[in-house]
Amino acid sequence: MKTKLLTALLLGTSILGTAGVAYAEDVTLNIESWRGDDLSIWKDKLIPAFEAKNPGIKVVFAPSAPTEYDAALGAKLAAGSAGDLITCRPFDKSLELFKKGNLADLSSLPGMENFSPVAKSAWQTDDGKSTFCVPMASVIHGFIYNKDAFDKLGIKVPQTRDEFFAALDKIKADGTYIPMAMGTKDLWEAATMGYQNIGPNYWKGEDGRAALIKGEQKLTDKDWVAPYEELAKWKPYLGDGFEAQTYPDSQNLFTLGRAAIYPAGSWEIGLFNTQAQFKMGAFPPPVEKAGDTCYISDHTDIGMGLNAASKHADAAKTFLSWVASADFATIYANALPGFFSLNSAPVKMEDPLAQEFVSWRGKCKSTIRSTYQILSRGTPNLENETWVESANVINGTDTPEAAAKKLQTGLDSWYHPAK
Amino acid sequence: MAADIRPKRPFRWHIAIFLAPAVLVYTAIMILPLAGTLQLSLFRNIDQHQVFVGFDNFRTLFGDPNWSVNFWNALRNNVWFFIIHMLVQNPIGVLLAALLSSPKLRFSAFYRTAIFVPTILSFVIVGFAWKLILSPLWGVAPHLLDFVGLKSLFTPWLGKEQYALTALSLVSVWQFIGIPMMLIYAALLSIPDEVIEAAECDGITGMSQFWKIKLPLILPSIGIISILTFVGNFNAFDLIYTAQGALAGPNYSTDILGTFLYRAFFGFQLQVGDPNMGATIATIMFLIILGGVCVYLFLIQTRLRRYQF
Amino acid sequence: MSTATRSLPRTIGAHAILLTYTVIALFPVILVIMNSFKSRAGIFGAPLTPPTPKTFDLIGYTTVIGQGDFFHYFQNSLVVTVGSLFFVLLFGAMAAFALSEYRFRGNTLMGLYLALGIMIPIRLATVAILQLMVASGLVNTLTALILVYTAQGLPLAVFILSEFMKQVSDDLKNAGRIDGLSEYTIFFRLVVPLVRPSMATVAVFTMIPIWNDLWFPLILAPSEETKTVTLGAQLFLGQFVTNWNAILAALSLAILPVLILYVIFSRQLIRGITSGAVK
Repeated sequence: MKTKLLTALLLGTSILGTAGVAYAEDVTLNIESWRGDDLSIWKDKLIPAFEAKNPGIKVVFAPSAPTEYDAALGAKLAAGSAGDLITCRPFDKSLELFKKGNLADLSSLPGMENFSPVAKSAWQTDDGKSTFCVPMASVIHGFIYNKDAFDKLGIKVPQTRDEFFAALDKIKADGTYIPMAMGTKDLWEAATMGYQNIGPNYWKGEDGRAALIKGEQKLTDKDWVAPYEELAKWKPYLGDGFEAQTYPDSQNLFTLGRAAIYPAGSWEIGLFNTQAQFKMGAFPPPVEKAGDTCYISDHTDIGMGLNAASKHADAAKTFLSWVASADFATIYANALPGFFSLNSAPVKMEDPLAQEFVSWRGKCKSTIRSTYQILSRGTPNLENETWVESANVINGTDTPEAAAKKLQTGLDSWYHPAK
Repeated sequence: MAADIRPKRPFRWHIAIFLAPAVLVYTAIMILPLAGTLQLSLFRNIDQHQVFVGFDNFRTLFGDPNWSVNFWNALRNNVWFFIIHMLVQNPIGVLLAALLSSPKLRFSAFYRTAIFVPTILSFVIVGFAWKLILSPLWGVAPHLLDFVGLKSLFTPWLGKEQYALTALSLVSVWQFIGIPMMLIYAALLSIPDEVIEAAECDGITGMSQFWKIKLPLILPSIGIISILTFVGNFNAFDLIYTAQGALAGPNYSTDILGTFLYRAFFGFQLQVGDPNMGATIATIMFLIILGGVCVYLFLIQTRLRRYQF
Repeated sequence: MSTATRSLPRTIGAHAILLTYTVIALFPVILVIMNSFKSRAGIFGAPLTPPTPKTFDLIGYTTVIGQGDFFHYFQNSLVVTVGSLFFVLLFGAMAAFALSEYRFRGNTLMGLYLALGIMIPIRLATVAILQLMVASGLVNTLTALILVYTAQGLPLAVFILSEFMKQVSDDLKNAGRIDGLSEYTIFFRLVVPLVRPSMATVAVFTMIPIWNDLWFPLILAPSEETKTVTLGAQLFLGQFVTNWNAILAALSLAILPVLILYVIFSRQLIRGITSGAVK
């Protein structure tokens, strides 16, 4: 009698217990991100789509400002208060987190097979054995132009560098528009929209980049100095006071219709669509002679990983598998035109400007930004120095040769590729 | 002093009770965590382990040109930042306070309130508002210069190596001028009426009254302000960071110790943070400020006291 | 009297200088607030003119208010600032009194120890502080912020207050002692009222960096419920960096409450400074 009662009691509590567990399974996952701009897209589109399919898992998107993201995330990871899901910067920054044990190994995550080795390379160990973030998107560089302005002035879309500078001269002579909207105040604009945009055509994309990493080429070589020489030539075509012009200033200058050409990253498309009152087009960085192979920067930019200390690792993995799915890719790429999915499954995009950008993948060779892999591991940091020197070259405070020499000297001080 | 007239007592509990809350909170939340951070300057991260390296990090900071060039540049800029505050902020602050404290001045409450307004604003707001004003795109600054016929003087100050730091120092002066003003104002008000009356009886009025009577009396307050400015300037970070970013452009011309430390400690963009080198820089900053404070405490303050009494 | 004839030009001169500086001080603030009520074309077309019926537009404010609960952020900021201020002033004045009033072994050392904190940015201790807060379960609470700001404000408060407390006359305190008042009564009833102006100064000094701090709210309490107004404004700036309507509106929303509070309290502050001026 007694034992029966006890068993019943135990049974009862265990049922209650499991019921409790089932109830408590309603877990909440927090996403750390620097993409404050995407807040409404996550809130209104992506998260509801996921939650509809996965009852019991709630997701909160909690971004911080891009400038503070890395420092704040580092502190939170160190203290153990970071969110479950971590938005990953490409290459060394995330690799460092993985090495510290902050990011979990996701090599065997269901859905990882949807990505090509190239897409995954931004979030892998050097030996390629472990992958620690699900690739989300890449961005492509090029130039966005004001179609109305081009039509009015009778300018054809430039294919070669000569045509490009002829177009700039024509816009400048006309005087209605500032030929090119770019400033050097924020530094990175000069490096990313300038140097990394036009550079691949000179250093032949992946070939040059790999040679630089192997130590076969130097930043002082002709192919690496030449983009700086072209940047130096941009100066007369920029707006008055471009030295103090910030990145948002440049965006406003272009979308208000005051400037004709905008050295761009594809991520601008979404914003420009809502702000510009004129027709826009895009062209890839011009090549030297018509018919030359063109190279574009198609940079793996954003991924998502799992905080190794997460208490809800299983739920988080469910979410990450969904991020790796074609479903996610379609919603994401269309909600954020200009962030191109890295998923192997083709994604249908509606936006014409985004289609134009992505069509270059067919005719040009893709590469990633030259400074991101391996070369920015030491002090001085090559990427950060490239920002400073690119701005200096455009401001005219450093010659292209001097800038290249400074960068190479800095790199030589810590980087010794095995020959 | 009160203690002189009393004989020694076994233990004065009230002293402990007066000190305890401040010392406890301060030690637990500030000193211990800071000590934990600063001691990192003696270690280095080798294969994810902290290894004791003695003063090697300091040797790197001063010996390796990759670090030392940036360090000296930041220190130089910081000194300039401080000089501008001392030459512009404090004299103007004293002037404004002197004007405000003159009796029978009308609207003084309004002026006082208005001039202090920038001080209550956050760096986020100050940095952003001035960036907008000085922006060549928005054109407020050129417009204003146009009013007074000086449009040709406009340059994109924040983007030019030779002007950016000075421009930002002046923005910082604009923001913080309320603090010396208020402190001096309080000091001027606390000058006993009898002293002023006595001076007036001797025929010392107006400007000479200020220079001969009031200024010596407020020197201790000016001393406090100077040391606060010193400490504040050598710890400054936020304004440069919000206006110019962590790389303190153009070409590091606005880099001060605070931004240099931030990049080293927390990293920036692709640069991975290095807490060990960061702690090393922080230790040096600490020593610089400690040196300044000691100079104040042991040299300046003792002299000032002699004036006062 | 000759002074009367001489003082008129001097008064005009004083007003001219003060007025000029007032304009300099207020111009950026007015510019931001003024333009926040204008359309995008109005902001860029004529930044220096006040909104006209043609350029008047509240689009910036609707964007901001649709995005975050600024009123709630404001409440958080207020709780944190007032809470920290209270503890800084109370603990700071007590410690300053102990240091300036009594001669005991280690007095100077203790003074230096308490002043150390002025010299190192507390930001450096971030990771250790965060670990402490995680361990005590205070992450994402306003208590964490109050604790940090109290610790951060104490060194300066002790430093300034002990300077001023040294100037309080000994006769008064000794008279109190002869009347048999306890040390606590002497402190709270005699000394504190006398140093009120310097406490007001310390209050202002302490309040500003707390209200305006971005870093610790970001690290210790970034959740929606505990966000402060500065953090809210900063996130917003990051999100709408090209939308000047929204930015100017957000800046105005961050400025106005402080401005109103300040105008209310500046009267108290000045009254404190003038009435209690140490004679």
